[in-house]
Amino acid sequence: MSIRNGILALLVEAPRHGYQVKTDFEERTGGTWPLNIGQVYTTLARLERDGLVTVVTVVTEGTGTGTGTGTGDATANDAGRIVYAATAVGRAVVREWFTTPVHRTRAPRDELAIKLALAVRAPGVEVAALVQAQRSEAVRSLQELTRLKVNAGDGDDGDLAWLLVVDSMVFQAEAEVRWLDHCEARLVRAASARPPAPPATQPATQPATPATQPVTESAR
Amino acid sequence: MSDQILEMTDVTRIHGRGETAVAALKGVTLALSPGEFVAVMGPSGSGKSTLLNLAGGLDLPTSGSVRVEGTELTRLSPTAMARVRRRHVGFVFQDLNLIPSLTAVENAALPLELDGRSPRAARAEALESLTSLDMAALAGRFPDDMSGGQQQRVAIARALVGGRRLLLADEPTGALDSETGDAVMRLLRQRCDSGTAVLLVTHEARHAGWADRVVFLRDGRVSDSTTYAVEPLAAP
Repeated sequence: MSIRNGILALLVEAPRHGYQVKTDFEERTGGTWPLNIGQVYTTLARLERDGLVTVVTVVTEGTGTGTGTGTGDATANDAGRIVYAATAVGRAVVREWFTTPVHRTRAPRDELAIKLALAVRAPGVEVAALVQAQRSEAVRSLQELTRLKVNAGDGDDGDLAWLLVVDSMVFQAEAEVRWLDHCEARLVRAASARPPAPPATQPATQPATPATQPVTESAR
Repeated sequence: MSDQILEMTDVTRIHGRGETAVAALKGVTLALSPGEFVAVMGPSGSGKSTLLNLAGGLDLPTSGSVRVEGTELTRLSPTAMARVRRRHVGFVFQDLNLIPSLTAVENAALPLELDGRSPRAARAEALESLTSLDMAALAGRFPDDMSGGQQQRVAIARALVGGRRLLLADEPTGALDSETGDAVMRLLRQRCDSGTAVLLVTHEARHAGWADRVVFLRDGRVSDSTTYAVEPLAAP
């Protein structure tokens, strides 16, 4: 849905042909969502079927009409390409998209949440180590994202759209770390609230994470 | 060999004694080279602030060695330690500790004046430090007439006045909104790129992302660390 609406929003801005849609979409979103050209054409065909876009020009070799091609000039490369523009209905859909908040339906299907939920009860899984490994990974990606921002000359107007996308990834990674901190604190508290495991079942001590050992013991 | 600005070796800090003794830090080793930005993360009580206090000579370890600019702090008298602090270590805290009755430049000059520098020389260096943080125009302002971000810049200017190369920061962006906080982190990063070593204690992963190295503390020990490989990044 987000890609369909994103493509539609580009066509509200200016008519484009399929390849322009692909490159402009990727450029605007900082390459975060690379689109496969087949996917773009399928989406455009569906948008046309639903009456949200319409074909305005078919650029054929040698004509160089380029009627309303928006961002790019019609060149020899545009040979045989179909240029699409948004219809009035398409414009209304985009307007509604921009004024409606996005529902957070993705969260329950988060792989990490599922992994952690299962790890808590799974035998032989060091949950604290899993949490720390994930936290290190998130912080490492934050280091990379921050460096990207710095190298791009953070604050530059031309890159504003791209920087906002990078920021969204930064905040997602930060949220993940905060959630992991929270999970860890809960696990520690849950472990200390339970009676200690009988000595016979005590697993070998892991020197790297001595303090969190009770978590896995009681999770057994 | 020691071109490290900060060198902490096998540092342990135990509060209290006997039955009630609590080890806040257990055998931590950490070194910062010029230009290096290290962030320390960890839950409350993991030893982050203890580490920072030991690094800055505000506290002494129970065992282990702490060297700042090559000077072993654990063998110094309190007076000599205070001198090392004044000359080599800058602190930035969440509550900025700016003196409200002093202007920006007077606040920034304070550490040098305390160290016996003439008011005139201290002022000149303070102005230089403020200028490097784009704050020269506000040198005559009082803290109350500045935004939170500007006050934090003055605090950083004060921390780095007189060519100090070690900056210890404890949640320096805590009171700021995220955009202003980012601007402060960008400043710290720039200072590192010109040779300052920064040790930042934070619970905000977003800010730790600015560091070259992130050290995770847990129950007084280093439990993990991530180093960002300094390679030129290709733009996407």
